[in-house]
Amino acid sequence: MKFDGVQKSYDGETLVVKDLNLDIAEGEFLTMLGPSGSGKTTCLMMLAGFEPPTHGAIYLDDREISQLPPHKRGIGMVFQNYALFPHMTVGENLAYPLKVRGKSKAEIKDRVDRALAMVELSGFGGRRPAQLSGGQQQRVAVARSLVFEPNLVLMDEPLGALDKQLREQMQYEIKHIHENLGVTVVYVTHDQTEALTMSDRVAVFNDGVIQQLSPPEELYEDPKNSFVAQFIGENNKLSGSVTEVSNGTCQVTLDTGVTVTAKAVNIDGKGSRTTLSLRPERVFIGDAAVDNRLDGRIEELIYLGETIRARLTVAGNDQFIVKVPNHGLSEGLTEGQAVTVGWRTADCHALDPIAG
Amino acid sequence: MTDTAATAGNIPSGRAAGTGAAPLTTADGQPLKVALRRANRRARRNAMLLVAPLFLFLLFTYTIPIVQMMTRSVMNPEIAGYLPNTTEAIEDWDGEGLPGEAVFAAMVKDLNAGGRSTIGRVAARLNAELPGARSTMMGSMRAAEDLQAPFKEALIADDDDWGEQRIWRLIKRETRTLTPAYYLRALDFEYNQDGEVVARPPSMQVYRAIFWQTAWMSALITFLTILLGYPVAHLLATLPLKSANLLMILVLLPFWTSLLVRTSAWIVLLQQNGVVNELLVFLHIVDDDGRIRMIYNRIGTIVAMTHILLPFMILPLYSVMKTIPPSLTRAARSMGATPLRAHLTVYFPLTIPGLAAGVLLVFILAIGYYITPALVGGESGVFISNLIADRMTGSLSQLRLALALATILLVGVLVFYWLFNRLVGVERLKFG
Repeated sequence: MKFDGVQKSYDGETLVVKDLNLDIAEGEFLTMLGPSGSGKTTCLMMLAGFEPPTHGAIYLDDREISQLPPHKRGIGMVFQNYALFPHMTVGENLAYPLKVRGKSKAEIKDRVDRALAMVELSGFGGRRPAQLSGGQQQRVAVARSLVFEPNLVLMDEPLGALDKQLREQMQYEIKHIHENLGVTVVYVTHDQTEALTMSDRVAVFNDGVIQQLSPPEELYEDPKNSFVAQFIGENNKLSGSVTEVSNGTCQVTLDTGVTVTAKAVNIDGKGSRTTLSLRPERVFIGDAAVDNRLDGRIEELIYLGETIRARLTVAGNDQFIVKVPNHGLSEGLTEGQAVTVGWRTADCHALDPIAG
Repeated sequence: MTDTAATAGNIPSGRAAGTGAAPLTTADGQPLKVALRRANRRARRNAMLLVAPLFLFLLFTYTIPIVQMMTRSVMNPEIAGYLPNTTEAIEDWDGEGLPGEAVFAAMVKDLNAGGRSTIGRVAARLNAELPGARSTMMGSMRAAEDLQAPFKEALIADDDDWGEQRIWRLIKRETRTLTPAYYLRALDFEYNQDGEVVARPPSMQVYRAIFWQTAWMSALITFLTILLGYPVAHLLATLPLKSANLLMILVLLPFWTSLLVRTSAWIVLLQQNGVVNELLVFLHIVDDDGRIRMIYNRIGTIVAMTHILLPFMILPLYSVMKTIPPSLTRAARSMGATPLRAHLTVYFPLTIPGLAAGVLLVFILAIGYYITPALVGGESGVFISNLIADRMTGSLSQLRLALALATILLVGVLVFYWLFNRLVGVERLKFG
């Protein structure tokens, strides 16, 4: 599956998708993650054939499908609100793609039974979708998209309508189904936890452009720009100017005059502005041995059970969050206390500058 | 899911406990059902008080007139009222041969007792069924005073028509105060001179043909509103809100103009010198003397009524289509269905509740329509309502005939509704 220079515009004035190039390997679970309006759903719709690309081409198994109508693409799809046919039973819903393909009655029955068993809904074939719970409907929708054995399945925020607990359970179920069947999945979501849990690779969308395409770990540990750092997980940002670059690291003088060392990821060279990105759990308070040490003051402490969330003022940023593990040794912290904070150079990423 | 399984398992056992064991009671030992009824009584009484004005209004403007219409359409009190003695005496006659002396005596008594106008009315009534009966009645009325017993011979001597079986059969039939005669007439049947029910002569048959015409034209109009309305409703439901609102105003616009104005507009458009014909002549599609007759006939009725009833099809369809998520047809297409197949197997079945509601509304409105066929229907395009209205202004028996026609129409609509309910299920319909 391949997007080649795809652009999409709805009104002829603005591009919703700007020059998309994306290769998806067979059997891969790829997630398109991004805020609403970032173009991820549009990409999915172009892939499914409901929207034609304004420019560029889409290939499936080396065959161009850009001009092919949806029903000839043979791509399975799970919709946001399941899109189960309310006037048909669960069994009839599952049989629909098979009937359309003119399969024999015996084969349809066999495949429907197997699909129901796969999502642990054997015996529910005679019910109407309205008689099922949200989670059950979701499973039927997944089973229906897979029953005709497509090579590629698209999922458009399929878990958006479920409550948190069910969502987590379904994440694992979909992941397991994917692993068992070896089918290629393109999954769209705005929920980063979902993306990180399930995917082989995540494409982070913003403003019609893929900001970063990486496995989940890399996305979190090694964000390529400020948007990704902000969007995935929690993030502290500090602004400053690059004063020296050497050997993959750089010296950054913060706006308050303090100089720190950071990993040079996305900077324009000496003298340019940069935003430093730091994960709250990679910042230490007190004497832990680290490369960079700064003064700070504790503004607020929030007890969260496994961690204590401390809001500090560090280098002029009063929204500097530090997650202190609650291992029973941190009782000394009080609000208003002046402390030393520190972090390792490798955990501090110098990225493109953002305002604020 | 485990939780649903648990609930499903619990319901039967809970119910079994409720019915099998002693009935539930409140804390002070009252049966729960009694307590619940008492608690709900006040709310129910208030609700009934609130609907009482509407209930009374409907009773006086709707139920009572309909009951009256139905009873009047079978009433026939005149002969029994004007010939009381004969009515009583003839009851024992079996209709074979001639009635006995007692009946003749009673007739003479009635002829003597009745005034000129009373007997005149009876005579006119009988004459309508049996030509010549008037002169027999009126002649014998004048002679009645001088007649002596035995009256049977005396009456027959006065006018030998009294010796005919059919006049007595007619009188016996007409003395019944309830009669199906108007219903027979409304269905183009009548009594022959031997009192048997026969079809009226073909040249006199009107009503069955008009009933049939009303039905098939209403069905055709309903079909046309589906044909024209379905795509419009679909468009309305799928267009972006701004353009959909504009289109909706265009759909509703006819509702804001008078029915008369709309119908008259069709006259302007369709008449022989109307806009459409002028245009056709101008474009040399028809000759000047070959202008098409499109109004004051069935075409006129069908065109104008289809236009007027269209919103009643579009609105219920629209309200149902609005609730069908576009993702359903998309899902069907992603599973390999062609656009046509996706529409027929997924979209169309889901619009049936709206479609059925539209059919019910349009057909029932059409079948009782009056103004439009009256204005643009001419001779051939009339509906049964037009005949009913025409007969309403006639004599008493014409009025009763009109009431019989109206009752048949009402029963027809109810039968249609019943059939429709059996086929589609009215509770599934969505009217808007």
